[in-house]
Amino acid sequence: MIRTEELLLNVGPQHPSTHGVFRIIVKLDGEVIKEAIPVMGYLHRGTEKLAENLNYTQIIPYTDRMDYVSAMTSNYVLCHAVETLMGLEIPERADFMRLIVMELQRVASHLVWWGTYLLDIGAMSPFLYAFRDREIIIDLFNELCGARLTYNYMRVGGVKWDAPEGWIDKVREFIPYMETKLVEYDNLVSGNEIFLARIKNVGQYDAQTAIDYGLSGANLRCTGVDWDLRKVKPYSLYNRFEFDVPLGKRGDCFDRYLIRLEEIRQSLRILKQAVEQFPSSGDTMGKVPRVIRPPAGEVYVSIESPRGEIGCHIVSKGKAEPYRLKFRRPSFVNLQILPKLLVGETMTNLITILGGIDIVVGEVDC
Amino acid sequence: MGSWLDETLTWGNTLIFALWGIILLVLVLGFVTYAIYFERKVIGWMQLRIGPNRVGPLGLLQTVADITKLLIKEDTIPRKADRVLFILAPALAYVPAFGVLAVIPYTNELYFADINVGLLYYVALSGITTIAIVLGGWASNNKYALLGGMRSAAQMISYEVPLVISVVGVIMVSGTMNLRSIGEQQGDWFWQWNFLPQIIGFVVFIIAAVSELNRTPFDLPEAESELVAGYHVEYSGFRFAFFMLTEYVYVYAIAALTTVLFLGGWHAPLAFLDFVPGIIWFLLKFAFIVFFLFWLRATMPRIRIDQLMGMGWKVLLPLAILNVFITAVYLELFIKG
Amino acid sequence: MSEEQDKDKELLGKQKDDSVKAESSTAEKAEAAASQALDPEKGSSASVPGQPDQQEAKAAGDERILPESGEAHEQSVVSEQPAANPEREAKLKAAAEARAARAELKVSAATPSQQQSDAPAEEGSSPAVNPEREAKMKAAAEARAARAAAKAAAEGGEPAAAPGDAVGSDPEREAKQKAAAEARAARAAAKAASEAAEAPAEPKPPSPKQPQLDETVELVRSLISEQAVEEAYINELNDHMPIIVVGRDHWQATANLLRTHDRLQYGYLRNVSGIDFETHMEVVYHLVSIETKRELAVKLRADREAPSVPSATPVWATANWNEREIYDLLGVDFPGHPDMRRIMMPDEWVGHPLRKDYEPLDPEV
Repeated sequence: MIRTEELLLNVGPQHPSTHGVFRIIVKLDGEVIKEAIPVMGYLHRGTEKLAENLNYTQIIPYTDRMDYVSAMTSNYVLCHAVETLMGLEIPERADFMRLIVMELQRVASHLVWWGTYLLDIGAMSPFLYAFRDREIIIDLFNELCGARLTYNYMRVGGVKWDAPEGWIDKVREFIPYMETKLVEYDNLVSGNEIFLARIKNVGQYDAQTAIDYGLSGANLRCTGVDWDLRKVKPYSLYNRFEFDVPLGKRGDCFDRYLIRLEEIRQSLRILKQAVEQFPSSGDTMGKVPRVIRPPAGEVYVSIESPRGEIGCHIVSKGKAEPYRLKFRRPSFVNLQILPKLLVGETMTNLITILGGIDIVVGEVDC
Repeated sequence: MGSWLDETLTWGNTLIFALWGIILLVLVLGFVTYAIYFERKVIGWMQLRIGPNRVGPLGLLQTVADITKLLIKEDTIPRKADRVLFILAPALAYVPAFGVLAVIPYTNELYFADINVGLLYYVALSGITTIAIVLGGWASNNKYALLGGMRSAAQMISYEVPLVISVVGVIMVSGTMNLRSIGEQQGDWFWQWNFLPQIIGFVVFIIAAVSELNRTPFDLPEAESELVAGYHVEYSGFRFAFFMLTEYVYVYAIAALTTVLFLGGWHAPLAFLDFVPGIIWFLLKFAFIVFFLFWLRATMPRIRIDQLMGMGWKVLLPLAILNVFITAVYLELFIKG
Repeated sequence: MSEEQDKDKELLGKQKDDSVKAESSTAEKAEAAASQALDPEKGSSASVPGQPDQQEAKAAGDERILPESGEAHEQSVVSEQPAANPEREAKLKAAAEARAARAELKVSAATPSQQQSDAPAEEGSSPAVNPEREAKMKAAAEARAARAAAKAAAEGGEPAAAPGDAVGSDPEREAKQKAAAEARAARAAAKAASEAAEAPAEPKPPSPKQPQLDETVELVRSLISEQAVEEAYINELNDHMPIIVVGRDHWQATANLLRTHDRLQYGYLRNVSGIDFETHMEVVYHLVSIETKRELAVKLRADREAPSVPSATPVWATANWNEREIYDLLGVDFPGHPDMRRIMMPDEWVGHPLRKDYEPLDPEV
């Protein structure tokens, strides 16, 4: 008699599509997944433990390396937490700089996501187009703070470097360029039959599941829940700008795809307004004591990173180092839904769904 | 050429046949080398980058360097792999690829074998390569390779049938399976070539042919981003080179076959251009098809296995059968009657 | 001298809560013990009186260097093979016996001598020193808890009901307790006068989130139990986030209430953090309501020995991996969790890295 067995397959830790060192143990019946068990911790670097011995300014480079694709927002969440705890006020120009770099970072991060997602799906060229555009943003950041990926740009009380001459004009020029490119990308990919067949109705879940699992970012909004921290609990200067929050309807990978592309467009919109309202002079750092010693207490703040809600929980005992620093990482929380979504899917859809969640393993493991 | 085939078989003739075979092999290998180079260049240009340009003038020796690297690599065979099958698979994949080149006519005079069932011979031999792929997937003792091999078997079966049936229309119109006659019967004007009267068959054939080649968008058996190279994940060095060689020789074969069956072979597109030798037209059409395959690879994402099989059985096969039916009706009404 | 410096650091680190005098004196003692301990490696532990548990614990983990302290029954406990399971059993046994032995000693007597024996035990240990460390960690925790209890008794009871709360010289705790006392005073006044809660005559204006906090506390107290909410206060620094401290025994029911009650509807669990206060462990759940946009933080306290907090995973699925992470890095157990395994560290890891008294395997790290 024919006897079939379950196949135990290890996807990762070295795999081209797991977006980093991340492993999924998959039990297969043919091509259909019966059970998927994610295993992480390959990139655990003990940031939270290290932070207990460092003062707040020294922790900022560590935040760069957590979500390395979107380092500016990680920088910001830490600085914002300390500033909230200390009750500091940020000068306007510094706040504008922060907002501009965060929105540029959002565009860059979504471009990376778009390129690599399509690479996973099999199309090789969009990856290069996305990186060509991202290169412009990275060059802007390079000019600003000297680094292409791990910026170490924000400080408690402001930002480290002021915009060099002509930088704001370059940002201003980038916006229409990117808008035309977005149209090109839509034409190339979003209507492609094969792509649509691969993505539609894949990895679907409803709003209640999303809220139960604590999803955030595009993963939550694809089900129609209107929850964007820039609107719900505005931080920095977001309440000064007009922008829309794209929402999805079906809760599948296609909606997430469309939402992220639309978020790029909305970020460009914010950037346009920010660049116009940019103050021509001002300080880049507020009145900050030389040694940053927040009062004893605790604080939890969260902001909207391209991946979702990134939060920072600080328990301080009045010293220059935090007593406990915990990061609420969106990729970590968003990934919880993966085992549930994968049951009954094929191997191919595993890659599609995993890519659609948009994780960065540096953040998953912290 | 054909006159030699009619003579009795002497040692001298055998030597000549062998020599021509070797010349073809060398030419095909040359083609493969520069097809790989041009693929990388063309795809690079489409992706706004340059492609190889360092090794040799304009990077022309890039493939030579790559092949040399592959040849001097250590020959690793996984410990628990089935040694005999593991070693057999690449060779078994390659031999039919070269074998099918025998029936391809380049011009009316330049051909190697003039078999009356040339088309059937082609299709039959190309099936053996699929066995070799499955064999390679199994013998590697690797789950990813196994998945790749299984996918390949499923894909091949799903697309072999539409491929053959799409060509049946051409056979009916030409009345023969002899590739030389098919090529000859297509007229001197491009609307007399088979691709326009047999447009449905042509479209089905192109799709099925890309699937036979295991190229994007149908490259599931070696889907890089899912199966980490699929059936040839455990092969390295020279054996891997064999699989790559197989793929590109098939590109050659399919491009040549498409040219002969549908694009008029060695005929000029416009009758007054026939002062240009037929071989040039053959090569131009051949090059265009190869370029089209590269273009597809740079542009399209990959299709999913269940969608692939669904498309093969539910879309292409009915279309191919429809084509046969329409051709039969046309022949009955306008040609015979 | 690096070894001694490391030892000193570890020793000093363990005594963070001690008063300064104790620190300096024990530092001197530790140095003396260290220099003493260097030469007669393991044998020096015999010189420290009444520390059979230390030798045992050390010996249990020390498979490469034979225990020189000739105590037959301890060595028989330690029938060592490098295999993991027998080692673990030996570890657990050693730890249990260590605890039993230490329970007999007085707190004050144990503290200084402990550190001395820590010194030789540590530096004599091989890198596979987990069982010893486990024993040490438990010992340190116990000592601290005992010290804290002594201090609490000395300072005269706090209104806070949670155990292990009162560790005096902690400005954060004092601030919280002040706020808690304020809130309680306000509620008491309101109840007495049967009015809505108004802030008593204090320079601080009432927090805008105070009504929300009061409502939450009322609902929990009335629908679950009077003892469910141990404390409730507003964290002004954090945008006036309401915080309630819930007792462990009522957590399951409270969690359900917080999620499902239509006045509360905290359906979105944002974050679960674990904090290692050296006297106790704390788990903080940050909740938010998508419909009303209100926030709430819920704290649960657990003692440090065997911290255990009922899992919130049946209520909010987000808690699943978050609690696993807290278990992995801090050692807090969550009964009721569907899949309590380590998540970041390898499965065979011993110890909980984020704890304050965690000893890394490699002292150079």
